[in-house]
Amino acid sequence: MAIFPPAKAVWWNEPVEKSEILWVVIALLWSLFMFFMMPYWHITGKQNLSNEAYRISADAFAEKTEAMADKYTVGEVGDTGVPIVAPPVGTDVYLYGRRWEWWPALKFKKGETYRLHLSSLDWLHGFSLQPVNINLQVQPGYEMVVNITPTTSGEFSILCNEYCGIGHHTMVGKIYVTDK
Amino acid sequence: MTTALFRTCPDTGFKIDLKVDKLIKWNAVTAIVFLMVGGVFGLGVAMTRWPAVHLLPADWFYLALTAHGVDVLLVWLIFFEMALLYFCSAILLNSRLAAPKVAWVQYGMMLVGALITNVAILQGDSSVMFTSYVPMKAAPAFYLGIILFAVGALMGCFVFLGTLYIAKKEKTYEGSIPLVTFGALTACIIAIFTIGAGAVILIPTLLWSMDFINYIDPLIYKVIWWALGHASQQVNVAAHISVWYAIAAILFGAKPLSEKVSRTAFFLYILFLQLASAHHLLVDPGLSSEYKIFNTSYALYLAVLASMIHGLTVPGAIEAAQRKKGYNKGLFEWLRKAPWGNPVFSGMFLSLNMFGFLGGISGVMMGTEQLNIIIHNTIYVPGHFHGTVVVGTTLAFMAFSYWLVPTLWQRELVFPKLAKWQPYLFGLGMGMVSVLMMGAGTLGVPRRLWDMSYSDAAMPYEFPAAAFLMMGLNGVFALVAGVGAIIFIVQMVGTVMWGKKKVPAAAAPETAAAPAAPARTPEASAVSSYGSAGTMEVPGTFVLALIFLVTFMLYYFVNWKYLSSVWGLS
Repeated sequence: MAIFPPAKAVWWNEPVEKSEILWVVIALLWSLFMFFMMPYWHITGKQNLSNEAYRISADAFAEKTEAMADKYTVGEVGDTGVPIVAPPVGTDVYLYGRRWEWWPALKFKKGETYRLHLSSLDWLHGFSLQPVNINLQVQPGYEMVVNITPTTSGEFSILCNEYCGIGHHTMVGKIYVTDK
Repeated sequence: MTTALFRTCPDTGFKIDLKVDKLIKWNAVTAIVFLMVGGVFGLGVAMTRWPAVHLLPADWFYLALTAHGVDVLLVWLIFFEMALLYFCSAILLNSRLAAPKVAWVQYGMMLVGALITNVAILQGDSSVMFTSYVPMKAAPAFYLGIILFAVGALMGCFVFLGTLYIAKKEKTYEGSIPLVTFGALTACIIAIFTIGAGAVILIPTLLWSMDFINYIDPLIYKVIWWALGHASQQVNVAAHISVWYAIAAILFGAKPLSEKVSRTAFFLYILFLQLASAHHLLVDPGLSSEYKIFNTSYALYLAVLASMIHGLTVPGAIEAAQRKKGYNKGLFEWLRKAPWGNPVFSGMFLSLNMFGFLGGISGVMMGTEQLNIIIHNTIYVPGHFHGTVVVGTTLAFMAFSYWLVPTLWQRELVFPKLAKWQPYLFGLGMGMVSVLMMGAGTLGVPRRLWDMSYSDAAMPYEFPAAAFLMMGLNGVFALVAGVGAIIFIVQMVGTVMWGKKKVPAAAAPETAAAPAAPARTPEASAVSSYGSAGTMEVPGTFVLALIFLVTFMLYYFVNWKYLSSVWGLS
């Protein structure tokens, strides 16, 4: 019994029952399959993170973001004061999170790829694009680069899904995607 | 050399050091009290996330969520694990406890630590969640309490190791330590690693909150904190799997199918399970995919392999024991004729199944580098860990308590009829909570969020009605589970305080037959029987395992399919 010392002193020589061995083999093969699925998806899949990241200060990132917004602002989200920015296809796009907003709102073209730079100006935030359901962690002091290609059009919301204080539930941003 | 006083357990025949007796009782009761406190906070959380009820205001919600995490995930489980460590060493080995005074220091430090952290949280300026990610700052007392608690737990680990040492030296048992003790040793080794990692990150964070250090890198914090946060969950896994084996042995007299296979599986945990940490950083900047893949898969999913092995060998041991008793008809007579009305069994068996199907499978999904993109920080995550630490660990500990408390205190359960239903109420209620949170998470609902309707936000977002429905049902089933938890606590506290004294058992259960120092076949005969010893076949368990595997595979590919439908990322 498992609560007593093994009945036989030399337990490591005991034979193992066939179905137990079979299960260990099946489980091992499945484990290896799942492992190699991840590198495989890096080669063939279309949803992978770039691993491109830099250290950056909050001020420097805010400056880059504002410079981009100054150049390409095309409107405003309602009367929130948050600009809608439509950067040219393929360019560097900046988006920051801070308590409790995503800034600025972005306008993309469907099927085009953008170099999206993400960072936080204060605490940790969670970039959660809905209803697409893409979730990324946004760290202060780090600039993450994601090459993002919208495949659907319409109005999308960026929710914050990392707890960031009392106004967490008001932190919503926007991405608009237009058909070409 | 030994000054310990012993009593002999009338139910099991184990020799029990009176000092251990007391320590186990105090640790177990304190654990259950914190389960109650943490459970109340948990109900507050669930009732707030039920959109139609929305019970607590925002500040209280985040406070309650922080307290819920600390009190159940940390305090309840680790206090109970301390009781388990002492049980698995001193009692199962018929030994005295090494350094009982140190064990009391363990108890005292953990209690004081837990109280300090709770007070800090209740004062309101430490609603930083269980994870306390910097640069969000809590009061110094928040970190201090957790550090004291962890150091206390470390003392407990050393007492456990010391007890293994003196039991060996004083020859209180023959041969190797029991499998259950081996599992507890696994938990203990992982716990020491965990607490070490905790010290590395929490001590600087304490100093930072006291303004002695001015900067802690938030990414480094996360990497190291999760070596504490995730590896400590593996302590729970090793502990509750030991409990499964123990219950199989106590109720059915079940022998492990193979000591070798089960021990190797525990050993794989020691080698690989504590790698876990990148699971929480799969969509963070600054870490390479190579590191993420290696770490999150525990090398080559070798720890997942170990869990799948236990998933076969635990029910397999029960099947073998039942078949030996003559329950041989068909594939499943052994299971049908199991004592489903005994909470020790029903709790354990529900725990085993739900840990595998809910907690285990979902854990692998979230831990797959790319799949994490569609899951990270959604309420799927708490859905997963309510499938591991609640319906897995907590339910297993509850089941074990139904045996441990009446046995140690030598009292009858106060409400035996209610006890029959309790594992189903709590287990199935929590199982549904887990499933519903995973469902809502699949629709993108964030975790740790006070208001999913975003009615205060400048820019609106509306979740599909199904998400609201699932969060509502989540509240309903949380209430069902809450009733189950209350019955458990009343049952345990009532039994300890007012339970009828047991009459010394005339016809003790099967395990009573076992003598204090259990006889085992002399080595010579073990060698001679090698190769010819009959092993039991377990066809029923094998079929159950295959059902599990097919479910696992289907759900795995469904998630890849889902991932392939989201926007391109490269």
